[in-house]
Amino acid sequence: MSDTLETPAVPTTLLKGKRILVAKPGLDGHDVGAKVIALALRDAGAEVIYTGLRKSPGFIARVAVDEDVDAVGLSILSGSHKELVADSIAALAQEGASAIPVFVGGTIPAEDVAMLLDLGVKAVFTADMKLDDVIAEVAAGLRGQPT
Amino acid sequence: MTALKQTQDPDAEAPRGISPVTPSGVEAPLVVTADMVPQCAPERPGDYPFTRGIFPDGFRGRAWTMRQYSGFGTAEESNARYQFLLREGQTGLSVALDLPTQCGYDPTDPMARSEIGKVGVSLSNLSEMEILFDGIDLSKISTSFTINGTAALIYAMYVACAERRGIDPALLTGTIQNDILKEYVARGTWIFPVRPSMRLTADSILYANRTTPRFNPISIAGAHMRDAGCNAVEEMAYTLANGLAYVDELLRRGGNAEKFAKRLSFFFYVHMDLFEEVAKFRAGRRIWAEIMKTRYGVTDPKAQMFRFGVVCGGSSLVAPQPQNNIVRVAIETVAAVLSGAQSIFTCAYDEAFQIPTETSAEIALRTQQIVALESGVARSVDALGGSHYVEWLTDEMEQRIRARMDEVEAYGGAVKAIEDGWLQMRVAQRAHERKRQIDSGAFPVVGLNVFRKEDEDRGAVEVFRIDPKASRRVVEKYDATMARRDAAAVSRALDRLGAAAADDRENIMPYLVECCHAYATVGEMVARLKACWGEFQEPIRL
Repeated sequence: MSDTLETPAVPTTLLKGKRILVAKPGLDGHDVGAKVIALALRDAGAEVIYTGLRKSPGFIARVAVDEDVDAVGLSILSGSHKELVADSIAALAQEGASAIPVFVGGTIPAEDVAMLLDLGVKAVFTADMKLDDVIAEVAAGLRGQPT
Repeated sequence: MTALKQTQDPDAEAPRGISPVTPSGVEAPLVVTADMVPQCAPERPGDYPFTRGIFPDGFRGRAWTMRQYSGFGTAEESNARYQFLLREGQTGLSVALDLPTQCGYDPTDPMARSEIGKVGVSLSNLSEMEILFDGIDLSKISTSFTINGTAALIYAMYVACAERRGIDPALLTGTIQNDILKEYVARGTWIFPVRPSMRLTADSILYANRTTPRFNPISIAGAHMRDAGCNAVEEMAYTLANGLAYVDELLRRGGNAEKFAKRLSFFFYVHMDLFEEVAKFRAGRRIWAEIMKTRYGVTDPKAQMFRFGVVCGGSSLVAPQPQNNIVRVAIETVAAVLSGAQSIFTCAYDEAFQIPTETSAEIALRTQQIVALESGVARSVDALGGSHYVEWLTDEMEQRIRARMDEVEAYGGAVKAIEDGWLQMRVAQRAHERKRQIDSGAFPVVGLNVFRKEDEDRGAVEVFRIDPKASRRVVEKYDATMARRDAAAVSRALDRLGAAAADDRENIMPYLVECCHAYATVGEMVARLKACWGEFQEPIRL
């Protein structure tokens, strides 16, 4: 068996034609989850824009508007999700982009999920979820579709 | 006791037998016989190329260092924790720093908001370090700092701290991680562009060789790249490739390989495939020694030796049924000892989802003590050496590691591969592949994707929640130090630092030490260096 890189192909068309921003707010440098999700979204047909590390909520909101994305995914593993999600949603509102659905992934304690959903987050994902399930939930939560 | 039920998910019903393929993709023969292993010279531990270990007397001469990671909240709280761990028989301290300190922001910076003291202690200036080590004799302990982007600054602070107590820096022992290359690939606390960062790293190593000769000024780390998705082959290959990039930069800065190579050390994960891990380290020792000797002409055996510390646990631990992690860490600790590690850190079983408790941290340390004193695996050096399978697998891993190193070299070396985002892309693709294998059950993890208890939902993840009062205290102490220090001395020291940064012939370190003595802050020093060197612009390639 070879050990060459093969991106497992599970191509679906669930997100075909959709533009999705994957963003890393705050100082947390753990980007493997964000990159894996970005690759999975791409496999599912989406066009993915990844911000890179240490972006401010204001920057993320401006990119979301400039790139006319259908969804924003925030990846947070530092435990600062409450502040960073609230700030990002406020920044989107300031840009007049409250209609863009926001998803959150990372190290999120179960007891914080309701709080994030109350802030307006569509769905919260953690590392033990299957990628296909994440993609299905993103597809369901996209703008214009009932969740 | 409830019977274990397998999940109903058909994807997780995948392989039940024993896979012939290792996690790195090596197809293991059913049995390895003597004729499949080339007859090698009767190598002894301590002999070049050190396949069997770097010390002729293994662990009988000296046991490995048992080092546990700790440090959270304020310097006062961390100091209390250190005193506890030293009383418990720990032989080295390990300092974790908060993200603002790691990324070069002072606690008053808007970027530091909500991150102060969260994943480690805040060390913005010398006064905090003086509190952190209060009552601890710096000449008697070995301290390991998990710090990279600002490693040279924190190391300068440690030297200044010792000098202010009248301790000769030559007596200091310990390690700074100081491996900036893997930060660009996996851990993310980079600040400056790659090339000036390499200069900063090389300067700190050369300064340390002269000033603190017993201190390890770099720990070239594969562990984080492993966590980010690399398999064992890639972990070793990319780490060695980064190591060679440091050697090249040190030579460019006028270093003598016979000297500096004695103080290079490495840092890896040990994951669950015991034989593959042992073979990985045996192959790593052999490859490093061979390259140091043939490519760089290093003749002193001490400068050819591949020294390494390990972490047992990390991403091999899972949140469901967390007590199973105690078993995982125990197996990995045995693998680490059979690999001849110089220092071992064992993760607490609950680290996959919370800050370890005092009990779970104690079990982690006891695991090492049980392996050391009861299991007997440390008795005879390289106890697996000569096993047909282990020798075969060592050769196989060596070949695969070299092939991956050749790819990096063909690209133009580690520095270029990282500047362009090529290595980051490779690692992300592998992480995606591994996640798919876990989702499908092709890579079995008990309790996670096989034998998962149905009534147990996802682990109750706990995150760092720090008392907001503690972060206010950090800011108050910071303000008090700012008010107390000699502002003119600070500004003189920072000016001299800025001038040294602009002059490639200068070693930056003495200027950083001078800044620390004047209580200049990490944020101030970083701002001066950024003004000269700029900031890293992250290449996005997926």
